[in-house]
Amino acid sequence: MTSDNIMIQVKDLKKYYNGEKIKALDGVNINVNRGDVMVVIGPSGSGKSTFLRSLNLLEIPTSGQIIVDGVDITGSEIDLDKFRQKMGMVFQHFNLFPHKTILENLTIAPIIVKKENEEKANKKAMELLDRVGLADRAKAYPVQLSGGQKQRVAIVRALCMDPEIMLFDEPTSALDPEMVGEVLDVMKELARDGMTMVTVTHEMGFAREVGNRVVFMDGGNIVEQGTPEEIFGSPKSPRLQDFLRKVL
Amino acid sequence: MQISLDNFSRVMKYVPLFGRGLVVTVLLSLVTVLLGFVLAFILAMMSLSSVKILRAISTVYVQIVRCTPMMVQVLIMYYLLTGLIPFPRVFLFGYIEVGRFIPAAISLALNSGGYMSDVIRGGIEGIDQGQTEAARSLGMTKGQTMRYIIIPQAIKNILPSFANEFVTIIKESSVCSVIGVAEITKQAQNVQSATFISLEPLFVATFLYFCLCFPTSRIIAYFERRMRASDQR
Repeated sequence: MTSDNIMIQVKDLKKYYNGEKIKALDGVNINVNRGDVMVVIGPSGSGKSTFLRSLNLLEIPTSGQIIVDGVDITGSEIDLDKFRQKMGMVFQHFNLFPHKTILENLTIAPIIVKKENEEKANKKAMELLDRVGLADRAKAYPVQLSGGQKQRVAIVRALCMDPEIMLFDEPTSALDPEMVGEVLDVMKELARDGMTMVTVTHEMGFAREVGNRVVFMDGGNIVEQGTPEEIFGSPKSPRLQDFLRKVL
Repeated sequence: MQISLDNFSRVMKYVPLFGRGLVVTVLLSLVTVLLGFVLAFILAMMSLSSVKILRAISTVYVQIVRCTPMMVQVLIMYYLLTGLIPFPRVFLFGYIEVGRFIPAAISLALNSGGYMSDVIRGGIEGIDQGQTEAARSLGMTKGQTMRYIIIPQAIKNILPSFANEFVTIIKESSVCSVIGVAEITKQAQNVQSATFISLEPLFVATFLYFCLCFPTSRIIAYFERRMRASDQR
Protein backbone atom coordinates (compact mmCIF):
# COMPACT_ATOMS: atom_id res chain seq x y z
CA MET A 1 0.00 0.00 0.00
CA THR A 2 1.42 3.35 -0.96
CA SER A 3 1.65 6.08 1.62
CA ASP A 4 -0.49 8.55 -0.33
CA ASN A 5 -3.31 6.14 0.11
CA ILE A 6 -3.22 6.79 3.81
CA MET A 7 -5.75 9.36 4.86
CA ILE A 8 -5.45 9.41 8.61
CA GLN A 9 -2.51 8.10 10.58
CA VAL A 10 -3.07 7.65 14.28
CA LYS A 11 0.11 7.27 16.29
CA ASP A 12 0.25 6.24 19.94
CA LEU A 13 -2.96 8.08 20.75
CA LYS A 14 -3.65 8.39 24.47
CA LYS A 15 -6.52 9.95 26.33
CA TYR A 16 -6.40 9.95 30.11
CA TYR A 17 -8.93 11.37 32.52
CA ASN A 18 -8.33 12.25 36.15
CA GLY A 19 -4.58 12.40 35.79
CA GLU A 20 -3.80 8.84 34.76
CA LYS A 21 -6.56 7.08 36.62
CA ILE A 22 -8.88 6.49 33.68
CA LYS A 23 -7.24 5.47 30.43
CA ALA A 24 -9.90 5.87 27.76
CA LEU A 25 -7.32 5.43 25.03
CA ASP A 26 -4.03 3.82 25.85
CA GLY A 27 -1.75 4.09 22.86
CA VAL A 28 -3.83 3.49 19.74
CA ASN A 29 -2.02 3.05 16.41
CA ILE A 30 -3.93 2.70 13.19
CA ASN A 31 -4.15 4.02 9.64
CA VAL A 32 -7.33 4.87 7.80
CA ASN A 33 -6.90 4.52 4.06
CA ARG A 34 -8.78 6.36 1.37
CA GLY A 35 -11.95 4.44 0.56
CA ASP A 36 -11.86 2.42 3.76
CA VAL A 37 -15.11 1.50 5.38
CA MET A 38 -13.78 0.86 8.83
CA VAL A 39 -16.10 -0.44 11.49
CA VAL A 40 -15.05 -0.14 15.11
CA ILE A 41 -16.65 -2.59 17.51
CA GLY A 42 -16.13 -3.38 21.16
CA PRO A 43 -17.82 -3.45 24.55
CA SER A 44 -19.03 -0.19 26.07
CA GLY A 45 -16.24 1.67 27.78
CA SER A 46 -13.72 0.17 25.39
CA GLY A 47 -12.73 3.62 24.12
CA LYS A 48 -14.20 3.26 20.64
CA SER A 49 -16.29 6.43 20.83
CA THR A 50 -13.39 8.35 22.36
CA PHE A 51 -11.21 7.13 19.52
CA LEU A 52 -13.70 8.30 16.90
CA ARG A 53 -14.25 11.66 18.58
CA SER A 54 -10.51 12.15 18.78
CA LEU A 55 -10.22 11.90 15.01
CA ASN A 56 -11.76 15.36 14.59
CA LEU A 57 -10.55 16.53 17.99
CA LEU A 58 -13.92 16.74 19.69
CA GLU A 59 -11.86 14.97 22.34
CA ILE A 60 -8.46 16.49 22.84
CA PRO A 61 -6.00 13.62 23.22
CA THR A 62 -3.59 13.59 26.15
CA SER A 63 -0.76 12.61 23.83
CA GLY A 64 -0.08 11.07 20.46
CA GLN A 65 -0.48 12.22 16.89
CA ILE A 66 -3.31 12.30 14.40
CA ILE A 67 -1.94 12.95 10.94
CA VAL A 68 -4.50 13.91 8.32
CA ASP A 69 -3.23 14.24 4.77
CA GLY A 70 0.28 14.55 6.13
CA VAL A 71 -0.47 17.23 8.71
CA ASP A 72 -0.49 16.57 12.43
CA ILE A 73 -3.75 18.09 13.60
CA THR A 74 -2.85 17.76 17.27
CA GLY A 75 -0.30 20.52 16.71
CA SER A 76 -1.41 23.87 18.05
CA GLU A 77 -0.60 25.96 15.01
CA ILE A 78 -3.05 24.40 12.56
CA ASP A 79 -6.47 25.72 11.63
CA LEU A 80 -8.64 23.10 13.23
CA ASP A 81 -11.90 24.46 11.84
CA LYS A 82 -10.51 24.01 8.35
CA PHE A 83 -9.68 20.38 9.05
CA ARG A 84 -13.04 19.67 10.57
CA GLN A 85 -14.64 20.70 7.28
CA LYS A 86 -13.03 17.68 5.70
CA MET A 87 -14.51 15.34 8.26
CA GLY A 88 -18.24 14.92 8.48
CA MET A 89 -19.58 13.59 11.73
CA VAL A 90 -22.83 11.88 12.58
CA PHE A 91 -23.84 11.55 16.22
CA GLN A 92 -25.83 9.02 18.16
CA HIS A 93 -28.37 11.68 19.15
CA PHE A 94 -28.48 13.39 15.73
CA ASN A 95 -27.81 16.85 17.20
CA LEU A 96 -29.84 18.62 14.56
CA PHE A 97 -30.32 22.33 15.20
CA PRO A 98 -33.90 22.50 16.54
CA HIS A 99 -34.41 26.20 15.80
CA LYS A 100 -33.72 25.75 12.10
CA THR A 101 -35.69 24.04 9.37
CA ILE A 102 -34.31 20.91 7.78
CA LEU A 103 -33.10 22.89 4.80
CA GLU A 104 -31.46 25.49 7.05
CA ASN A 105 -29.80 22.72 9.04
CA LEU A 106 -28.21 21.54 5.81
CA THR A 107 -27.15 24.90 4.44
CA ILE A 108 -26.00 26.86 7.46
CA ALA A 109 -22.48 25.45 7.52
CA PRO A 110 -21.89 25.73 3.75
CA ILE A 111 -23.18 29.30 3.83
CA ILE A 112 -21.36 30.66 6.86
CA VAL A 113 -18.27 28.46 6.88
CA LYS A 114 -17.63 27.94 3.18
CA LYS A 115 -19.30 31.22 2.12
CA GLU A 116 -21.32 29.41 -0.52
CA ASN A 117 -24.14 31.47 -1.93
CA GLU A 118 -27.52 30.54 -0.63
CA GLU A 119 -29.01 29.47 -3.91
CA LYS A 120 -26.21 27.05 -4.65
CA ALA A 121 -26.24 25.67 -1.11
CA ASN A 122 -30.00 25.18 -1.27
CA LYS A 123 -29.79 23.39 -4.59
CA LYS A 124 -27.14 20.98 -3.39
CA ALA A 125 -28.97 20.37 -0.12
CA MET A 126 -32.21 19.60 -1.95
CA GLU A 127 -30.47 17.14 -4.27
CA LEU A 128 -28.92 15.28 -1.36
CA LEU A 129 -32.15 15.41 0.61
CA ASP A 130 -33.91 13.90 -2.35
CA ARG A 131 -31.42 11.06 -2.42
CA VAL A 132 -32.35 10.07 1.13
CA GLY A 133 -36.04 10.46 0.26
CA LEU A 134 -36.76 13.49 2.43
CA ALA A 135 -37.05 16.33 -0.08
CA ASP A 136 -40.67 16.89 0.97
CA ARG A 137 -39.58 17.64 4.55
CA ALA A 138 -37.24 20.51 3.68
CA LYS A 139 -39.43 23.12 5.34
CA ALA A 140 -40.15 21.04 8.44
CA TYR A 141 -38.43 21.42 11.79
CA PRO A 142 -36.43 18.60 13.37
CA VAL A 143 -39.06 17.92 16.07
CA GLN A 144 -41.50 17.01 13.32
CA LEU A 145 -39.31 14.17 12.08
CA SER A 146 -38.95 10.59 13.26
CA GLY A 147 -35.61 9.40 14.64
CA GLY A 148 -34.68 7.65 11.44
CA GLN A 149 -35.53 10.72 9.38
CA LYS A 150 -33.50 12.92 11.72
CA GLN A 151 -30.48 10.71 11.36
CA ARG A 152 -30.77 10.69 7.58
CA VAL A 153 -30.91 14.48 7.68
CA ALA A 154 -27.87 14.52 9.97
CA ILE A 155 -25.94 12.43 7.45
CA VAL A 156 -26.94 14.79 4.65
CA ARG A 157 -25.95 17.77 6.80
CA ALA A 158 -22.44 16.40 7.06
CA LEU A 159 -22.37 15.56 3.34
CA CYS A 160 -23.29 19.12 2.39
CA MET A 161 -19.80 20.17 3.45
CA ASP A 162 -18.27 17.77 0.89
CA PRO A 163 -16.22 15.89 3.47
CA GLU A 164 -13.45 13.51 2.49
CA ILE A 165 -14.26 11.23 5.35
CA MET A 166 -17.36 10.52 7.40
CA LEU A 167 -17.30 9.60 11.06
CA PHE A 168 -20.31 7.81 12.52
CA ASP A 169 -20.66 7.61 16.29
CA GLU A 170 -23.18 4.85 17.00
CA PRO A 171 -25.57 6.28 14.42
CA THR A 172 -28.33 3.76 15.02
CA SER A 173 -28.11 3.26 18.79
CA ALA A 174 -30.76 5.84 19.64
CA LEU A 175 -33.23 4.62 17.03
CA ASP A 176 -36.29 2.47 17.35
CA PRO A 177 -35.51 -0.92 15.79
CA GLU A 178 -37.78 -0.40 12.79
CA MET A 179 -35.83 2.75 11.83
CA VAL A 180 -32.35 1.25 11.93
CA GLY A 181 -32.65 -0.13 8.44
CA GLU A 182 -33.38 3.17 6.68
CA VAL A 183 -30.26 4.75 8.21
CA LEU A 184 -28.03 1.78 7.46
CA ASP A 185 -29.28 1.84 3.86
CA VAL A 186 -28.07 5.41 3.45
CA MET A 187 -24.73 4.46 4.95
CA LYS A 188 -24.42 1.47 2.66
CA GLU A 189 -25.06 3.65 -0.34
CA LEU A 190 -22.38 6.06 0.84
CA ALA A 191 -19.93 3.22 1.20
CA ARG A 192 -20.75 1.97 -2.29
CA ASP A 193 -20.09 5.47 -3.63
CA GLY A 194 -16.56 5.17 -2.27
CA MET A 195 -16.80 7.44 0.76
CA THR A 196 -14.13 6.87 3.37
CA MET A 197 -15.96 6.00 6.57
CA VAL A 198 -15.17 5.19 10.16
CA THR A 199 -18.16 3.84 12.03
CA VAL A 200 -18.56 2.94 15.66
CA THR A 201 -21.53 0.64 15.88
CA HIS A 202 -23.21 -2.29 17.55
CA GLU A 203 -24.70 -3.37 14.23
CA MET A 204 -22.63 -6.48 13.53
CA GLY A 205 -24.62 -7.12 10.38
CA PHE A 206 -23.51 -3.78 9.00
CA ALA A 207 -19.91 -4.44 10.02
CA ARG A 208 -19.95 -7.79 8.25
CA GLU A 209 -21.79 -6.71 5.15
CA VAL A 210 -20.40 -3.24 4.43
CA GLY A 211 -17.10 -2.91 6.26
CA ASN A 212 -13.84 -3.73 4.55
CA ARG A 213 -11.98 -3.51 7.85
CA VAL A 214 -13.25 -4.33 11.30
CA VAL A 215 -11.42 -3.09 14.36
CA PHE A 216 -12.08 -4.56 17.78
CA MET A 217 -11.27 -2.33 20.73
CA ASP A 218 -11.19 -3.16 24.40
CA GLY A 219 -9.69 -1.40 27.39
CA GLY A 220 -8.58 1.64 25.37
CA ASN A 221 -6.64 -0.39 22.87
CA ILE A 222 -7.06 -2.07 19.52
CA VAL A 223 -7.07 -5.73 20.36
CA GLU A 224 -7.61 -7.17 16.92
CA GLN A 225 -8.31 -5.96 13.43
CA GLY A 226 -8.88 -7.51 10.06
CA THR A 227 -11.42 -8.14 7.35
CA PRO A 228 -14.97 -8.96 8.41
CA GLU A 229 -14.31 -12.58 7.49
CA GLU A 230 -11.27 -12.75 9.75
CA ILE A 231 -12.90 -10.95 12.68
CA PHE A 232 -16.23 -12.74 12.59
CA GLY A 233 -15.07 -15.99 11.00
CA SER A 234 -11.89 -16.75 12.90
CA PRO A 235 -11.40 -14.42 15.85
CA LYS A 236 -8.00 -14.99 17.46
CA SER A 237 -7.96 -13.19 20.78
CA PRO A 238 -10.03 -14.61 23.64
CA ARG A 239 -11.46 -11.17 24.40
CA LEU A 240 -12.87 -10.85 20.88
CA GLN A 241 -14.20 -14.40 20.99
CA ASP A 242 -15.88 -13.60 24.28
CA PHE A 243 -17.33 -10.35 22.92
CA LEU A 244 -18.70 -11.99 19.79
CA ARG A 245 -20.28 -14.78 21.83
CA LYS A 246 -22.18 -12.13 23.75
CA VAL A 247 -23.36 -9.98 20.87
CA LEU A 248 -24.02 -12.45 18.09
CA MET B 1 -54.51 58.77 61.64
CA GLN B 2 -57.49 58.59 59.43
CA ILE B 3 -58.18 57.52 55.92
CA SER B 4 -60.89 59.61 54.40
CA LEU B 5 -62.49 60.29 51.08
CA ASP B 6 -61.79 63.93 51.72
CA ASN B 7 -58.07 63.18 51.89
CA PHE B 8 -58.29 61.20 48.70
CA SER B 9 -60.04 63.97 46.86
CA ARG B 10 -57.32 66.38 47.97
CA VAL B 11 -54.63 63.97 46.82
CA MET B 12 -56.42 63.55 43.50
CA LYS B 13 -55.65 67.15 42.63
CA TYR B 14 -52.10 65.96 42.14
CA VAL B 15 -52.94 63.33 39.56
CA PRO B 16 -50.73 65.05 36.93
CA LEU B 17 -47.74 64.64 39.29
CA PHE B 18 -48.45 60.93 39.67
CA GLY B 19 -48.82 60.74 35.91
CA ARG B 20 -45.35 62.14 35.45
CA GLY B 21 -44.06 59.74 38.09
CA LEU B 22 -45.59 56.88 36.17
CA VAL B 23 -43.87 57.96 32.95
CA VAL B 24 -40.53 58.26 34.76
CA THR B 25 -40.87 54.84 36.38
CA VAL B 26 -41.71 53.16 33.08
CA LEU B 27 -38.93 54.93 31.17
CA LEU B 28 -36.41 54.24 33.90
CA SER B 29 -37.33 50.55 33.97
CA LEU B 30 -37.16 50.21 30.20
CA VAL B 31 -33.77 51.88 29.93
CA THR B 32 -32.52 49.79 32.83
CA VAL B 33 -33.65 46.51 31.34
CA LEU B 34 -32.05 47.30 27.98
CA LEU B 35 -28.74 48.49 29.45
CA GLY B 36 -28.86 45.65 31.95
CA PHE B 37 -29.32 43.11 29.17
CA VAL B 38 -26.22 44.34 27.36
CA LEU B 39 -24.19 44.28 30.55
CA ALA B 40 -25.53 40.88 31.56
CA PHE B 41 -24.66 39.49 28.16
CA ILE B 42 -21.10 40.79 28.37
CA LEU B 43 -20.71 39.43 31.90
CA ALA B 44 -22.09 36.05 30.82
CA MET B 45 -19.67 35.86 27.88
CA MET B 46 -16.84 36.73 30.24
CA SER B 47 -17.85 34.05 32.70
CA LEU B 48 -17.96 31.47 29.89
CA SER B 49 -14.67 32.60 28.43
CA SER B 50 -11.58 30.44 28.53
CA VAL B 51 -9.58 33.44 29.75
CA LYS B 52 -9.24 33.08 33.50
CA ILE B 53 -8.96 36.79 34.28
CA LEU B 54 -12.23 37.56 32.46
CA ARG B 55 -13.98 34.86 34.42
CA ALA B 56 -12.58 36.25 37.66
CA ILE B 57 -13.66 39.82 36.91
CA SER B 58 -17.16 38.65 36.08
CA THR B 59 -17.44 36.59 39.27
CA VAL B 60 -16.15 39.36 41.51
CA TYR B 61 -18.47 41.89 39.92
CA VAL B 62 -21.55 39.71 40.32
CA GLN B 63 -20.73 38.98 43.94
CA ILE B 64 -20.23 42.66 44.77
CA VAL B 65 -23.57 43.53 43.21
CA ARG B 66 -25.34 40.73 45.04
CA CYS B 67 -23.80 41.27 48.44
CA THR B 68 -24.37 45.00 48.80
CA PRO B 69 -27.66 46.84 49.25
CA MET B 70 -29.19 48.38 46.19
CA MET B 71 -29.88 51.67 47.91
CA VAL B 72 -26.22 52.07 48.75
CA GLN B 73 -25.30 51.25 45.14
CA VAL B 74 -27.71 53.89 43.88
CA LEU B 75 -26.37 56.52 46.28
CA ILE B 76 -22.76 55.74 45.42
CA MET B 77 -23.40 55.90 41.67
CA TYR B 78 -25.28 59.16 42.06
CA TYR B 79 -22.52 60.94 43.97
CA LEU B 80 -19.82 59.32 41.87
CA LEU B 81 -21.36 60.24 38.51
CA THR B 82 -22.53 63.72 39.43
CA GLY B 83 -19.07 64.32 40.92
CA LEU B 84 -17.32 63.16 37.77
CA ILE B 85 -19.64 64.57 35.14
CA PRO B 86 -21.13 68.03 35.54
CA PHE B 87 -24.61 67.17 34.22
CA PRO B 88 -26.34 70.24 32.80
CA ARG B 89 -29.72 71.00 34.36
CA VAL B 90 -31.65 69.64 31.42
CA PHE B 91 -35.20 68.37 31.70
CA LEU B 92 -36.55 65.79 29.31
CA PHE B 93 -40.25 66.45 28.45
CA GLY B 94 -39.92 69.36 30.86
CA TYR B 95 -39.88 67.25 34.01
CA ILE B 96 -37.34 64.40 33.81
CA GLU B 97 -34.12 65.73 35.29
CA VAL B 98 -31.34 64.19 33.22
CA GLY B 99 -28.71 64.64 35.95
CA ARG B 100 -30.69 62.34 38.24
CA PHE B 101 -32.28 60.03 35.69
CA ILE B 102 -29.01 58.93 34.08
CA PRO B 103 -27.20 57.97 37.31
CA ALA B 104 -30.35 56.17 38.43
CA ALA B 105 -30.65 54.21 35.18
CA ILE B 106 -26.96 53.34 35.21
CA SER B 107 -26.90 52.13 38.78
CA LEU B 108 -30.08 50.10 38.33
CA ALA B 109 -28.62 48.59 35.15
CA LEU B 110 -25.34 47.77 36.87
CA ASN B 111 -27.31 45.96 39.53
CA SER B 112 -29.74 44.21 37.23
CA GLY B 113 -26.99 43.22 34.80
CA GLY B 114 -25.15 41.48 37.60
CA TYR B 115 -28.18 39.47 38.57
CA MET B 116 -29.19 38.65 35.02
CA SER B 117 -25.77 37.53 33.84
CA ASP B 118 -26.31 34.27 35.71
CA VAL B 119 -29.61 33.80 33.92
CA ILE B 120 -27.96 34.28 30.53
CA ARG B 121 -25.09 32.00 31.43
CA GLY B 122 -27.54 29.38 32.63
CA GLY B 123 -29.52 29.73 29.41
CA ILE B 124 -26.41 29.19 27.34
CA GLU B 125 -25.10 26.33 29.45
CA GLY B 126 -28.52 24.74 29.31
CA ILE B 127 -28.16 24.12 25.58
CA ASP B 128 -27.16 20.53 24.90
CA GLN B 129 -23.42 20.06 24.46
CA GLY B 130 -24.23 18.04 21.33
CA GLN B 131 -25.28 21.27 19.59
CA THR B 132 -21.81 22.70 20.03
CA GLU B 133 -20.20 19.45 18.92
CA ALA B 134 -22.36 19.26 15.81
CA ALA B 135 -21.58 22.87 14.88
CA ARG B 136 -17.86 22.52 15.51
CA SER B 137 -17.75 19.24 13.59
CA LEU B 138 -19.15 21.14 10.60
CA GLY B 139 -16.19 23.49 10.76
CA MET B 140 -17.85 26.41 12.52
CA THR B 141 -15.65 28.46 14.79
CA LYS B 142 -16.39 28.94 18.46
CA GLY B 143 -17.82 32.39 17.70
CA GLN B 144 -19.99 31.21 14.81
CA THR B 145 -21.30 28.37 16.96
CA MET B 146 -22.28 30.84 19.67
CA ARG B 147 -23.86 33.27 17.28
CA TYR B 148 -25.79 30.99 14.95
CA ILE B 149 -26.48 27.91 17.04
CA ILE B 150 -26.27 28.47 20.78
CA ILE B 151 -27.50 32.02 21.40
CA PRO B 152 -30.62 31.81 19.20
CA GLN B 153 -31.69 28.75 21.21
CA ALA B 154 -30.66 30.25 24.55
CA ILE B 155 -32.61 33.47 23.92
CA LYS B 156 -35.80 31.49 24.08
CA ASN B 157 -34.93 30.29 27.58
CA ILE B 158 -33.71 33.70 28.65
CA LEU B 159 -36.39 36.08 27.38
CA PRO B 160 -39.09 35.22 29.93
CA SER B 161 -36.63 35.88 32.75
CA PHE B 162 -35.84 39.26 31.27
CA ALA B 163 -39.48 40.16 31.03
CA ASN B 164 -39.86 39.20 34.67
CA GLU B 165 -36.80 41.26 35.48
CA PHE B 166 -38.64 44.21 33.93
CA VAL B 167 -41.43 43.75 36.46
CA THR B 168 -38.90 43.50 39.29
CA ILE B 169 -37.17 46.67 38.18
CA ILE B 170 -40.44 48.59 38.03
CA LYS B 171 -40.79 47.91 41.74
CA GLU B 172 -37.15 48.26 42.71
CA SER B 173 -36.78 51.54 40.85
CA SER B 174 -38.67 53.11 43.76
CA VAL B 175 -35.32 53.13 45.54
CA CYS B 176 -34.25 55.89 43.15
CA SER B 177 -36.46 58.28 45.07
CA VAL B 178 -33.54 58.64 47.49
CA ILE B 179 -31.55 60.48 44.83
CA GLY B 180 -34.53 62.61 43.90
CA VAL B 181 -35.61 60.93 40.69
CA ALA B 182 -39.22 62.00 40.33
CA GLU B 183 -40.67 58.56 39.80
CA ILE B 184 -43.86 57.28 41.40
CA THR B 185 -42.57 56.94 44.95
CA LYS B 186 -40.86 60.30 44.91
CA GLN B 187 -44.01 61.95 43.60
CA ALA B 188 -46.01 60.31 46.38
CA GLN B 189 -43.59 61.87 48.85
CA ASN B 190 -43.95 65.21 47.12
CA VAL B 191 -47.70 65.00 47.45
CA GLN B 192 -47.31 64.08 51.11
CA SER B 193 -45.24 67.20 51.67
CA ALA B 194 -47.66 69.41 49.82
CA THR B 195 -50.82 68.13 51.49
CA PHE B 196 -49.59 66.87 54.88
CA ILE B 197 -51.52 63.69 54.12
CA SER B 198 -49.29 60.68 54.74
CA LEU B 199 -51.17 57.53 53.77
CA GLU B 200 -53.37 58.26 50.80
CA PRO B 201 -50.57 59.30 48.41
CA LEU B 202 -48.86 55.99 49.15
CA PHE B 203 -52.07 54.14 48.34
CA VAL B 204 -52.15 55.88 45.00
CA ALA B 205 -48.52 54.89 44.41
CA THR B 206 -49.30 51.30 45.38
CA PHE B 207 -52.22 51.26 42.98
CA LEU B 208 -50.03 52.55 40.15
CA TYR B 209 -47.27 49.98 40.75
CA PHE B 210 -49.84 47.22 40.84
CA CYS B 211 -51.46 48.41 37.63
CA LEU B 212 -48.06 48.33 35.94
CA CYS B 213 -46.83 45.02 37.26
CA PHE B 214 -49.90 42.82 37.34
CA PRO B 215 -50.89 43.08 33.66
CA THR B 216 -47.27 42.92 32.57
CA SER B 217 -46.63 39.69 34.43
CA ARG B 218 -49.86 38.20 33.08
CA ILE B 219 -48.82 39.08 29.53
CA ILE B 220 -45.41 37.50 30.09
CA ALA B 221 -47.00 34.35 31.48
CA TYR B 222 -49.22 34.18 28.41
CA PHE B 223 -46.29 34.40 26.01
CA GLU B 224 -44.31 31.89 28.04
CA ARG B 225 -47.15 29.41 27.68
CA ARG B 226 -47.36 30.03 23.96
CA MET B 227 -43.63 29.62 23.49
CA ARG B 228 -43.68 26.35 25.34
CA ALA B 229 -46.53 25.17 23.16
CA SER B 230 -44.57 25.96 20.02
CA ASP B 231 -41.79 23.68 21.26
CA GLN B 232 -44.16 20.75 20.95
CA ARG B 233 -44.92 21.55 17.37
